[in-house]
Amino acid sequence: MENVNLKSGEFLVKDVEAKNIFIPEEFNEEQKMIAQSCRDFMEAEVLPKLDEIDKGDRQLMKDILKKSGELGLLGITIPEEYNGFGQSFLTQMLVAEVIGAGYSFSVAFMCHCGIGTMPIMYYGSEEQRKKYVSKLATGELLGAYCLTEPGAGSDANSGKTNAKLSEDGKHYILNGQKMWITNGGFCDTQVVFAKVDNDRILSAFIVESDWDGIVIGPDEHKMGIKGSSTTQIYYNDVKVPVENMIGKRGEGFRIALNILHMGRMKLGANVVGAAKQTITDSVRYANERKQFGTLISTFGAIKQKLAKMVVKCYAHESAIFRVSQDVDILIDKYKSEGKDQGLAGIEGIAHYAVEDAILKVWGSEMLDFVVDEGVQIHGGMGYSAEMNVERGYRDSRINRIFEGTNEINRLLVVEAATKRAMKGDYDLFGPAEELYNNISSITNDEVPDESYFDKKRRYMKNFKKAIMLTVYSATQKFGRKFMREQEVVNNLSDMIMELYLAESAVLRVEKLEGIKGDNPINKDILDVFVNDTAYVIFKNAKDAIYSIAESEEAEKLMGAIKTLTDIEGVNVMNACRRIADKLIDDNEYKF
Amino acid sequence: MKILVCISNVPDTTTKIKFTDNNTKFDSTGVQWVINPWDELALTRALELKDDASTGVKSVTVGHVGTASADPTIRKALAIGADDAIRVNIEPTDAYQVAAQLAEVVKAEQFDIILCGIESSDFNGSTVGSMVAEFLDYPSVSAVSGLNIEDGEPVITREIDGGKEIVNVPAPFVAVVQKGVALEPRIASMRGIMQARTKAIKVMEPVDVDVLTEVVTFEPPQPKPECVFVEEDNPEKLIELLQNEAKVI
Repeated sequence: MENVNLKSGEFLVKDVEAKNIFIPEEFNEEQKMIAQSCRDFMEAEVLPKLDEIDKGDRQLMKDILKKSGELGLLGITIPEEYNGFGQSFLTQMLVAEVIGAGYSFSVAFMCHCGIGTMPIMYYGSEEQRKKYVSKLATGELLGAYCLTEPGAGSDANSGKTNAKLSEDGKHYILNGQKMWITNGGFCDTQVVFAKVDNDRILSAFIVESDWDGIVIGPDEHKMGIKGSSTTQIYYNDVKVPVENMIGKRGEGFRIALNILHMGRMKLGANVVGAAKQTITDSVRYANERKQFGTLISTFGAIKQKLAKMVVKCYAHESAIFRVSQDVDILIDKYKSEGKDQGLAGIEGIAHYAVEDAILKVWGSEMLDFVVDEGVQIHGGMGYSAEMNVERGYRDSRINRIFEGTNEINRLLVVEAATKRAMKGDYDLFGPAEELYNNISSITNDEVPDESYFDKKRRYMKNFKKAIMLTVYSATQKFGRKFMREQEVVNNLSDMIMELYLAESAVLRVEKLEGIKGDNPINKDILDVFVNDTAYVIFKNAKDAIYSIAESEEAEKLMGAIKTLTDIEGVNVMNACRRIADKLIDDNEYKF
Repeated sequence: MKILVCISNVPDTTTKIKFTDNNTKFDSTGVQWVINPWDELALTRALELKDDASTGVKSVTVGHVGTASADPTIRKALAIGADDAIRVNIEPTDAYQVAAQLAEVVKAEQFDIILCGIESSDFNGSTVGSMVAEFLDYPSVSAVSGLNIEDGEPVITREIDGGKEIVNVPAPFVAVVQKGVALEPRIASMRGIMQARTKAIKVMEPVDVDVLTEVVTFEPPQPKPECVFVEEDNPEKLIELLQNEAKVI
């Protein structure tokens, strides 16, 4: 791969050519086969058992996970020397997308393969990897991740679980309580975070579930993902051998945060699989359900819903695979520089902190939109527990809460982007100041006879300028403490997220046209999405600017924002009808 | 003992079938291609026999008549567990042509058991297997729902009206298999997918075969007629519709 990727957040100030991004239409034969095996497995072992799974039978979930292990699906992320298959991050994200359509199974699978296994793979010693990772890769062991405590949720470092070094120096004596532990009811190994003695920062440990002093609570009764075992775990004088500390003492908080970066990326892919499934379920229902003597899929109001579901899903899918290639390139670079493969893996992911927070927030809200409209299209039947769309609606909701709440992640989008700019990764404030100083001469840079994609690229440049101006005025007003004005930060975050999605979709459709020729439906999707993007950026800029600037200043800024978000009108009705008609004709999501 | 499993490359069973060129050609745009489901069952049974050391089955080869566009489907058969593959490089036109090419594959490589699915899920010809046997002058057993090898001898179960028929047949032979020969198709494992990278797909050039049939036109099925509901207190309306619309009474 040519090293042309951008640094995290750099998309705010720099453009990338379509030829340099990865699009999902480029997956090779082997990657498609891996995805198909995951689909075949889900169809054989998961989807026929959804009702049984949701009854919370721990043994059933354990058995299904073990079967996926027999096929090698639990080892996709793990290098070959530890019984895995060493697949690229792109392939991992493709698998995460497919598994994402598996409701509670998806949560159990992703927990095991991700947060249950990867802290040991990324940060563990060679001995720890051989002893644990090589068995987690096959499903001989099943893993869990224990960070959250009753008093420590988003503020993870405030946990009280303590690890005291024993007098003989051979063990840490673990005491405390963890909660919301996915796979808690059947896990064999746990990655547990605790503070050693009176440390202020967490350390991480590998704990085996059958050690003395561990009590695993009953499964929580939850709104959704009912088949996923979620428990509290209590530690009473549990003797953890000193060699089971992961990394160094006090390194746990960094491990925990970096692992969450991985979790957010993967969640961003999971929601695409779930959304595609819901869209397919919804169009199939609409193609069968008749009212007023006609199929409801012929009604404009239903077509509009179906089209908007597709548009959001498509844009998000474009973003997840765009960043996945960036991650792969960076991991390869780190490896070529001699970095340990585990550290190269996690640091390649964690670098893209702006993008992973975007994927997490935007993706989880995209899925909530899709399942909500899915229920609506099903009407009364959508409220019946007989339909998968009802399960999908309940299961979706957790995505906005776990892996860092969307509130935390919205702040992180802006914090990570501005911090990296301040650190010198790219110049955000220089061009922003220049724009501000020449605000009266800002135009929308329209030129005669622009091509379709030239126009879209110009819109993206203008949106970037609108974001820079808003960021600049926020930082001018509040200085370094602007992150405390969380409402304004949320506006900035929404603008940045929408831009990243829109730009990813533009680049995907442009590249696809180069490969497969003109595709009017993809352009319809793009037109509808970019049209919405202009409004989202305008609206959030306006909210932010009037919250931070005095009226004269605000009007000056808004004059520029209006120019920069002024885009050609789109016949949204006809575009949505064409998108929906393709979906209705295919009777499944095939975009 | 060597087994050849003949596989067809067919549109996924959920594909919406469309035609082009004035309904003379199948429109393959956007089609997902898969191993013909009956052939996949044949492959599964062949691999089960190979897994059981007592059967003496040493290798399972897949044979296909088609262009390189079918290689992903062949590669999947290799990922599921076939040892190697032979593809005869010609666009398939009809069952006679396909059977003639497959017979050449058998002549070139010598197999003991040749398995074909009872039909392909696209054109449903149900004739390739028996034609292959005819070209080779091998015995052929149809509608096979069970295949075992006991003490080195093939034992075949056929579904017949009201029961089963057990048949012994000397190798080499052709078995045309149907549902029941294996329970569920195998899922390609990660290890299988990785190993498939290095397994050979041997390409054979076709022999000249007369074209015996030509497609004149395809006719898509008529859309389902509208369902008419008649109120229960209106039998006269029902009778009128049955007489004048449906014309069945």
